[in-house]
Amino acid sequence: MELSRLPGFLLRRGVKAVIVILAIVVCNFFLIHAAPGDPASVIAGQSGAADERFLQQLRTQFGLDEPLYVQLWIYIKGVLTLDLGFSHRQQMPVWTLIAERLPATLLLTGAAFAFAVTAGVTLGTLAARRVGTWWDSVITVIALTFYATPLFWVGLMLVLFFSVWLEWLPSFGMATVGADIEGFAAVLDVGKHLLLPALTLGLFYLAVYARLTRATMLEVADQDFVKTARAKGVPENQVVRRHILRNALLPVITFAGIQAGQLIGGSILVETVFAWPGIGRLAFDALLARDYAVLLGVFFCTSVMVVGFNLVTDLLYAVVDPRVEVEG
Amino acid sequence: MAFSRRGLMAAAAAAPVLMRASDALAQGIAPRRGGTLQMMLTPEPPVLQIGVNQQGPTLAAAPKMFQGLVTFSPTLEPVPLLAKSWSISDDGKEYIFNLQENVKWHDGRPFTADDVVFSIMKFHTELSPRARAIFTLIDVCEAKDPHTVRIALKQAFQPFMLMFDATAAAIVPKHLFDGQDYRTAPAVQRPIGTGPFKFTEWQRGNFVRMDRFDDYWKPGQPYLDTIIYRIIPDSQSRRLALESGQVLLSQASDIEPFDTPQLRQRPNLEVNTNGWEYFSPLSWIELNHRVKPLDDARVRRAMSMAVDRNFIVNRLWFGVGKPATGPVASTTRFFDANAKIAAFNIAEANRILDQAGFPRNAQGVRFTLKHMPLPYGEIWTRLSEYLRQAMRQIGVALDLESTDAGSWARRVGNWEYETTINFVYQFGDPTLGVERTYVSTNIQRVTFTNTGGYSNPQVDALFLQARSAAASADRARAFSEVQKILVEEVPQIWLTELSFPTIHDKKVRNVITTGLGVSKSFDDVFIVG
Repeated sequence: MELSRLPGFLLRRGVKAVIVILAIVVCNFFLIHAAPGDPASVIAGQSGAADERFLQQLRTQFGLDEPLYVQLWIYIKGVLTLDLGFSHRQQMPVWTLIAERLPATLLLTGAAFAFAVTAGVTLGTLAARRVGTWWDSVITVIALTFYATPLFWVGLMLVLFFSVWLEWLPSFGMATVGADIEGFAAVLDVGKHLLLPALTLGLFYLAVYARLTRATMLEVADQDFVKTARAKGVPENQVVRRHILRNALLPVITFAGIQAGQLIGGSILVETVFAWPGIGRLAFDALLARDYAVLLGVFFCTSVMVVGFNLVTDLLYAVVDPRVEVEG
Repeated sequence: MAFSRRGLMAAAAAAPVLMRASDALAQGIAPRRGGTLQMMLTPEPPVLQIGVNQQGPTLAAAPKMFQGLVTFSPTLEPVPLLAKSWSISDDGKEYIFNLQENVKWHDGRPFTADDVVFSIMKFHTELSPRARAIFTLIDVCEAKDPHTVRIALKQAFQPFMLMFDATAAAIVPKHLFDGQDYRTAPAVQRPIGTGPFKFTEWQRGNFVRMDRFDDYWKPGQPYLDTIIYRIIPDSQSRRLALESGQVLLSQASDIEPFDTPQLRQRPNLEVNTNGWEYFSPLSWIELNHRVKPLDDARVRRAMSMAVDRNFIVNRLWFGVGKPATGPVASTTRFFDANAKIAAFNIAEANRILDQAGFPRNAQGVRFTLKHMPLPYGEIWTRLSEYLRQAMRQIGVALDLESTDAGSWARRVGNWEYETTINFVYQFGDPTLGVERTYVSTNIQRVTFTNTGGYSNPQVDALFLQARSAAASADRARAFSEVQKILVEEVPQIWLTELSFPTIHDKKVRNVITTGLGVSKSFDDVFIVG
């Protein structure tokens, strides 16, 4: 890639990204308001007693008595100034709620992502190099099993095995609450809590990466330039690393880009099973409670992530394969 | 995890041991100071300021921080709390409360009669529909001196005392709310009460922590150092947390009913289904009387006879709760055991429907009704699935349509349903918790009113009579009369008197001691070594 073309590329893509995100915001806004029920009726339903005045008070406070287009205009104005609004249900700014939960989710999905990519690509490479042997069969079977098994079930089984039977690891939460631990012990404590949820989330993606790597490596291995490399006496390890793997990585990067875009919103199930205090649960609870502002806020962050990682993926293609050129 | 638990226990053992004679006698064991009680809160409430939020989880957690003037025994007798004594005039119109002295708010300010007057006349009257309906009967509410409150009613209202539990009208600090928007005041985020535990930290989606309030007005109490509520969204994970000892207590709907039998088997756990006497939740199939043929009492009676309530209690709830016999729960005052709905009888139900002119078609179906299961967990879906089968036996087809909580509340509130499941708290007295579902004056487009649209002038008159009569005997007569009419008319198909198990480690003591179960202050709860 020629570096001189980079600023123009980034500018063009940036403008497009803003337009796309705004369009997503508007679509989300209408989608959410199309769902039956509103926050006031949910609160009334949960309070066990209500009257007209109660509902009216809540709707006025939540700004739901304004016409829909006015509510949309107010929201768009907010987003443009990076103000995601206020959750009247939780009595907190949406940014605060999201910021509180974001680190937990990024830690979980980041760990799962790193685990899935490294282990997946390694296993896929291993299977491809020993295609047809029992190595290959074992890896393929494992990959398929995790690919086909529901996440929440894998999670529950891991908990049953490691927490209930072996009593090695805690079954839920992000840290031991109520015990005064600091420094390295606290990090270790979070690590122990992180292991099972990250493994659960990672196993599914690991399967995808392993299968993808294996398939593309086998495809590339048959091509002429690989034969040429071998013919001119390049050591086998180098052939695999430089010639086969590097060319086989493109589809893997495509998929990693998609997964990275889901780093915020893709872990609702795992967060639920392991009581992980992340964004996914925040969004799910907000959906049930019709907490519009929070839900729109999470959607906004998710869409920014997706658009952002698409950009990074496109740049990465060019790095991995210089033949690919970046284009606005 | 294991090492930290042991560490906690060691710390607890080192704490000084205090003891109160009455507790020691009652338990045969001395209360022990210290320890952390971990519980669960499901679902996570948006705020913990009682009054601003009245959800079940809030009513369970907030009484650790906020107290009412009184609380209630399992037989619904008032028990002193912030009011150490009270007197009621003979005509039932004047109430004098003598308040505890030396009570402090968590911020150190003294608690006085002004706080009580503010809480009743302003805070709850403004915020809570339930309190508003009752407190409008108050003519005068005044502080006679810093420790005496006098309330004069416009008319006698016998269930008035029941409104002074923390869950109905918790006393809140006037100095932190007066002159502000109560819903958005800063104190809503950092609750300040008079209770034995003060709010410390809330990591949303993770845990709520409360710590011992050292200036609590009962000397030597509370016994626990810390209460922690963990937020665990998945019911199977909650069960595992309880089984593995990571939490010591589960409450309300934390544990699915079908998991209860296995937990009963565990030697270290105690399953207690008491403590729901004040709330006495009663469930029913809610019928929209605007939908034909649900306006026909014969149809409702036949549908009621097709339900095997014993099956529901024993097979779906695994023995927790009991079959309903009418509109009033047996634990609520003025329950009349003689007024009973017709017994389970499929053949008779079919005969009634034949006579009423609803023949079966070729598929054996007389008519089809839509049905929304209650979206509050797996168990309610199972109940609706059972009901679909039961109704099939009398040729009534139920079409189940799933909703989520938001849609459910909206559709019931707007009368946009045919049948659904509903349950409400009865709050100890039919005037407080039963009347609202059956009187025509309360037909409103709001959930938990008379959304079914049942209307019977005789029922209206009897409920009104019971509401305004000052003498218990007169009220009892009117309530008996109305129960007899209702069990014949079956305006809603009552199913069960619900109860929810409180499951806790046996080393946690004094858990259920009142008619409000876990919705108490926990100032007497302790963990044995």
